[in-house]
Amino acid sequence: MRPLHAKNLVRRAGQMLATVSVAAAAMAFANVAGAQTLTIESWRNDDADVWNSQIIPAFNKKYPNIKVQFKADPPTEYNAALNARLTGGTAGDLITCRPFDASLDLFKKGQLLPVNDVQGIENFSDVAKSAWSTDDGKTTFCMPMASVIHGFIYNKPIFDELKLTPPKTVSEFHAVLDKIKAHGKYTPIAMGTADQWEAATMGLQNIGVNYWKGEEGRKALIDGKQKFTDPAYVQTFAELASWAPYMGKGYQAQKYPDTQNLFALGRAAIYPGGSWDVPIFRKQADFEFDAFAPPVPDGASKCYISDHTDIALGINAKSKSVEAAKTFLSWIASSDFADIYANSLPGFFPLSKEKVTVKDPVAAKFVGWRATCDSSIRNSYQILSRGTPNLENELWNVSAQVLNGTMKPEEAAKKAEDGLASWYAPHKK
Amino acid sequence: MSDITALGVQPAERVFARSRFPLHIAVFLAPALVIYTVFSIYPLVDTIRLSFYSGDETGARHFSGLSNFYTLLTDPAWSGHFWNALKNNLIFFSIHMVVQNGIGLGLAMLLSLPRLTGGSVYRTLLFLPTMLSVVIIGFIWQLMLNPLWGIAEKILDAVGLGSFFGPWLGQESTALITVSLISVWQFVGIPMMLIYAALLNIPDDLLDAATVDGAGPFSVFWFVRLPLILPTLGVVSILTFVANFNAFDLIYAVKGALAGPNFSTDILGTFFYRTFFGYQLQVGSPTMGATVATAMLIIILIGVLIYLFGVQRRLQRHTF
Repeated sequence: MRPLHAKNLVRRAGQMLATVSVAAAAMAFANVAGAQTLTIESWRNDDADVWNSQIIPAFNKKYPNIKVQFKADPPTEYNAALNARLTGGTAGDLITCRPFDASLDLFKKGQLLPVNDVQGIENFSDVAKSAWSTDDGKTTFCMPMASVIHGFIYNKPIFDELKLTPPKTVSEFHAVLDKIKAHGKYTPIAMGTADQWEAATMGLQNIGVNYWKGEEGRKALIDGKQKFTDPAYVQTFAELASWAPYMGKGYQAQKYPDTQNLFALGRAAIYPGGSWDVPIFRKQADFEFDAFAPPVPDGASKCYISDHTDIALGINAKSKSVEAAKTFLSWIASSDFADIYANSLPGFFPLSKEKVTVKDPVAAKFVGWRATCDSSIRNSYQILSRGTPNLENELWNVSAQVLNGTMKPEEAAKKAEDGLASWYAPHKK
Repeated sequence: MSDITALGVQPAERVFARSRFPLHIAVFLAPALVIYTVFSIYPLVDTIRLSFYSGDETGARHFSGLSNFYTLLTDPAWSGHFWNALKNNLIFFSIHMVVQNGIGLGLAMLLSLPRLTGGSVYRTLLFLPTMLSVVIIGFIWQLMLNPLWGIAEKILDAVGLGSFFGPWLGQESTALITVSLISVWQFVGIPMMLIYAALLNIPDDLLDAATVDGAGPFSVFWFVRLPLILPTLGVVSILTFVANFNAFDLIYAVKGALAGPNFSTDILGTFFYRTFFGYQLQVGSPTMGATVATAMLIIILIGVLIYLFGVQRRLQRHTF
């Protein structure tokens, strides 16, 4: 009797397997016929709420048949996780694109589709598209979404209490810092070096544009006409180094969340940062805050800002629903999206030519600098971070060291230049 | 139905006669062998294979012999980081050997005191951090050592040592030692338990005999107990060595993949991560990453071989 039993069991299992596979096939078919699901890969885990509660519902009002899922990794893990998933074939349909080489690399490997034929791409200027186009500018592979602007956010009640006015020049800036320090109750500058990128991004790139004159210096660096050892860059490092005495106690071990808390709790007066911090402080800080543009060096007539093209959206070449993905990208390019995005995430500024009104006053102030100052992007992003050693990582390292006092400004400049010259031909001369 | 009955009544001898090959051995070996091959041997061999290739920007790979290893050891952009990571890893390892295993031994001795009350409570508490997630460990210690709102400074202040406090996790001179000690705190339970178990295995007769012969507590430890637990100390050392040279998670959780400041906490694990997966604007290179991984394998292999032939074979084992 027992063998009979066993055989029956096998047969039954076989039947069950068949039923399951038929059901699975049927379900897959239903999926194709009915609603499609798009998954977005992103590093903006801070924005998951806004995507789920505002952006995706707004999209679904127009396109109810396309379901969208927003899936975010922490920013520092995103590139690694995304690369692993793209190689393994498990990445989502829509890929949030880092600017320049990280995404260019994905495109060259055939992991992103060109978006030149996607409706709405004509809404963007060449500058907006430059961060996600091939070096010859012919192919664009991600739909630009937003840029972020660097600046200084300050605590208004503290400025009022100490009768300070937002500084316009570097010497005014230092006078303000001295007054806050002399008063003793507040930390003048909220910034830490433990995460390293703060020093490079909120420090070096924030103030540097005024020294190397924005695009002029950035392009000269790429052409090899300027070097990091030139006075403009050494001066930037020197100015950065001069912040150290004004930073919080033990800033060497202070991380980005510590910095945000220090400012949001009202214990620090000035926060060198970027427009992307506005939504966070709107939520956390219970005092009024405002912003001022990076102070210009004394005697300079023109101001520059780092208006960094930061986020775009591309299509995974292996996606099964390319058409739906293209529909979504067209919608991203529309003024509908620009309006929701600019106002639900104040501090991320849409790159499209469509006119958008930013309602948040501080975010509006950031974007208002576009009218008075010249925009540029971070100088390490285009082309210069392609080799080993990686320039961006080097700048993080030396900027943090300059602030920690373990490196002199000249040494920092020399290290960045030496690293670049070791692989980048225009700097080898 | 007849075939089924025929199968059922097949005489037992015939089955034995037919299969000379000891099938049951293969059957028993199969699960372990298959799982080990698929999840351990194959990835290992494939990693080594990958380290002999290099990729271009389209993602295509071609065989390039030992050139990756040559780059890793001679190109200043790579070798600087590699030697720095190796040096830091050796420091990381020596701190574990001295502090973690030293304290582990001490705690095991205390736990094996005959008149200890609440021994199992201490044992559990001391072992507890080992079972916590490394992310939690990293978070708790960063919070405690935080110069802005950590309690470490207040505690030091309370005992009059406040001036010794510094941003230990952020200074080049102290960051690696601090991270190592956090890791020691987490894993001290493992050598403690292993040594404790070995100590319990020593028969009381031996200790009594030594005492009767006039040995004091120190002599009993030095001349009786220590020689008897030497094999366990050997195992603990090699476990520490392998774990430390594979370490990655705590440094990554506390200092990130750039292992700052100025790569002072960079060990082989974080160096491998940056190389293989990339970091921020640095694009990852699977082939170069495989090279670093292979180098790590060779380093660990050398260490294990030294232990195996230099130490393990000379150890005397005692059975009671």
